[in-house]
Amino acid sequence: MALPFPFSAIVGQDDMKLSFMIAAVDPSVGGVLVFGDRGTGKSTAVRALAALLPKISVASGCVYNCDPGKASGLCEACGAGKAKGPLKAQTVPVPVVDLPLGATEDRVVGALNLERALSMGEKAFEPGLLARANRGFLYIDEANLLEDHLVDLLLDVAASGENVIEREGLSVRHPARFVLIGSGNPEEGELRPQLLDRFGLAVDVKTPTDIPTRIEVVKRREAFERDPEAFTKKWSAEERKLQRKILAARAALGAIVTPDAALESAARLCLALGTDGLRGELTLIRAARALACLEGDARLGDQHLRRVAPFALSHRLRRNPLDDAGSSVRVERAVNELFAA
Amino acid sequence: MSGARARDPAQEAAWAFACQAAALIAIDPRLGGVALHAAAGPLRDAWMDLLRAFAPSQAPFRRVPLSIGDERLLGGLDLPATLRAGRPVAQTGLMAEADGGFLILAMAERLTTGTAARIASALDSGEAATEREGLSLRAPARFGVVALDEGQGDDERPPAALLDRLAFHVDLNDIAHDCARAQPFAPDDVAKARGRLASIPADDAAIEALTTVAARLGVDSLRALSLALRAACAACALRGAEALEEEDVMTAARFVLAPRATMFPTSEAPQEEDQPEPSESRPPEDQDPGPPPEAAPDSNEPQDSQSLPDLTDLVLAAALAAIPPGLLAQLQAGRAMRVKSERGGKSGAAAPAGKRGRPIGARQGQLRDGRLGLVDTLRAAAPWQRLRRQGLAEDAGRRVVVHAEDFRIKRFKQRRETSAIFVVDASGSSAMQRLAEVKGAIELLLVDCYARRDSVALVAFRGKTAEIVLPPTRSLARAKRVLAGLPGGGGTPIAAGIEAALGLADAVRRKGQTPLVVLMTDGRANVGRTGAPGRAQAFEDAMQAGRQIRAAGIATLAIDTAPALGPAGQAPTARLSEAMNARYVRLPYANAALVSQAVRAAAPIP
Repeated sequence: MALPFPFSAIVGQDDMKLSFMIAAVDPSVGGVLVFGDRGTGKSTAVRALAALLPKISVASGCVYNCDPGKASGLCEACGAGKAKGPLKAQTVPVPVVDLPLGATEDRVVGALNLERALSMGEKAFEPGLLARANRGFLYIDEANLLEDHLVDLLLDVAASGENVIEREGLSVRHPARFVLIGSGNPEEGELRPQLLDRFGLAVDVKTPTDIPTRIEVVKRREAFERDPEAFTKKWSAEERKLQRKILAARAALGAIVTPDAALESAARLCLALGTDGLRGELTLIRAARALACLEGDARLGDQHLRRVAPFALSHRLRRNPLDDAGSSVRVERAVNELFAA
Repeated sequence: MSGARARDPAQEAAWAFACQAAALIAIDPRLGGVALHAAAGPLRDAWMDLLRAFAPSQAPFRRVPLSIGDERLLGGLDLPATLRAGRPVAQTGLMAEADGGFLILAMAERLTTGTAARIASALDSGEAATEREGLSLRAPARFGVVALDEGQGDDERPPAALLDRLAFHVDLNDIAHDCARAQPFAPDDVAKARGRLASIPADDAAIEALTTVAARLGVDSLRALSLALRAACAACALRGAEALEEEDVMTAARFVLAPRATMFPTSEAPQEEDQPEPSESRPPEDQDPGPPPEAAPDSNEPQDSQSLPDLTDLVLAAALAAIPPGLLAQLQAGRAMRVKSERGGKSGAAAPAGKRGRPIGARQGQLRDGRLGLVDTLRAAAPWQRLRRQGLAEDAGRRVVVHAEDFRIKRFKQRRETSAIFVVDASGSSAMQRLAEVKGAIELLLVDCYARRDSVALVAFRGKTAEIVLPPTRSLARAKRVLAGLPGGGGTPIAAGIEAALGLADAVRRKGQTPLVVLMTDGRANVGRTGAPGRAQAFEDAMQAGRQIRAAGIATLAIDTAPALGPAGQAPTARLSEAMNARYVRLPYANAALVSQAVRAAAPIP
């Protein structure tokens, strides 16, 4: 497999990188939507992040990447095996599954195994992309070009962590916990609001416009393409540092103190912005906690909420066609008003 | 070589450029390829022959028809073979077949965004991936693209996602046929250059020069920069040199950056406040021919103009010299030309109805009627297996016997997309208010139409002509940007407005969408089709244009914004409405909400 571009070598795009790291620390924030210009390294960043994370231990031969150390949330076969004794384990890189355009539903959720159905007349289940993505990342490029019913289905599974198949006479359920990462270009068409809301975090990416940054982007890209190994080696210390940071944050996540004052701030912010439902508030708090852990803080504070509020809330605002300000500007405005007071 | 006519040196230079582009993409496939703007004809054929001569001898050339389906483009189930073998047989897609060679896109200007995105994804990853019909295929697909663009006019161009990834945008339309006799490069040189390419390093000076020039020309895509750098290296290899020189960088700027320019570099520093997308990023007020865009204040000015290395100046001069005169004039006038060429917000048009959308089961049918519902077909065939095996001898050895009557075709439910084309009177004193309300209405419509995949377009007429201000789009962001700076005032050329709408409606229909024309005016035409003033003639011209709309059978809504005077039937807009066979609504105090309501009510499909 080709070497991925090192995550720490990505120039700028701090919002995108941070939101990915938050999702890596706490997958329960529920997926990241990256919306923005072409050629800003969205897919590079996803692959880079997965490569940065330590390998995971999976049950040997399990198509769903079941965690042999866990007692629950296993697929049927592993569950049955576990009852008999400890499962055999092997380590694999964190899966990143691409959902190619033109994918059909049967390959996404899994379906009747045609080969066996046709040649042996057996009814067997052929796992789909959702099975492969379990415990990893599912990346959808151009999410706005994907057919609506597929997107609905993906979001549904991502939220429940389980894929339930009831089709072609099959009845199967298997674990499917993954971080959904969608990308798109608003010039190709907007996403439906109900779909936007289902992504935990949303970030806007823009092509950097100052010349020194742009020069640095092109230089690094060029150096990487010339000699991927040397480039990766050069950045390996940075990568390890980042990996330690994410792992430490994951470990700290359970112990972080969430003062009532922070919860109240979050609630007031959501109220002031008029976001619908509790999902925004919940995501805001989870993302802020993950951020606090990444920064090595033991308590959730207002500064964390301020930093993640645009990611967690800007895509949940009701559109106001008469307000020309972008939604992230509106979030910022509300944040400033709230925390200034 | 003794042509009867004297050769035009400009044409010869253009042909030499086209030849060099062919050589360069044959040297480095990572350049993405060429968007070849040319009518079908001997010149285009000559260019293709040249590319074939330059490419490695085994390189495959695969032609992609416009209406290609996913199973052929990406790969999928080979149905006849599957049925014959009794087990799934995969067929390789065209993109995988083109590995190591070239993918030729016929009529690329009509390519759908979806197909373009699939090709773009293969260009990025170097492989064709597909997850379809029980198959999971992944095959190397490193190819160059030749997008044959036969589009006429600015609004017919290949999708932006594709153009962004193709290094060269070549135009053969203005070149005389006899120029094609000149062949500046020998295939052998190209082959040697291919071998040399890997050893040519890109130096920092070249990167800095290209980046700076790109910024000054308003080329925002970072991909364009990488392509320019690769083009410089390939040009160097073609020259037979070992290291990048000024001329290579100049070549790259001329070929890759110049056609993408969206602004004229002023003597002042580059406008870095500009947002990312090329052209789209232009503040919409620049739509109006006005002063050059030096308006934006720039913090980087001092350091920039002092530290510009000589190379940058040279490269900038080379790029400027290569910008086509027409584009140059527009850039100088501060007008972003390609606003209209970008395609926005109409994902997945052009697909024939009934073959995509939400699946709603399957029914018996013929293979040519649509996509086979394999499982349903098998289900239909299953009960007869025992019987059939005992029947015909040729069926005897097969595991599964499927007959034509078993075929089940998938059915899909798809709403046809509607495209509302606003034709708005931007003339006279009430223009500003009317425009403001139209903007509001368009935004309101877009807010709730993205769920329904509808799009909105805007034609404004004022002065002497009509202009497509907003091509059909579903993108609210884009509509807002364009609408924010729409100018008003001047004469009232209704005829021109209706004619522009007619053209647009026709284009919309060809994409398989349903147009709805919404004409908003007070009906007081005073500029005729020829651009000459005079009320009587102007109104007659408008009536005539209106009758064309009726003849074309396009659904139309006429919104009369004139203050109520006299009986309704006498109002000029009412008469116009009748000529167009339009639904007539009188909204003297039209506001955004009322207009959007009226449009929603008139939409052919709610």
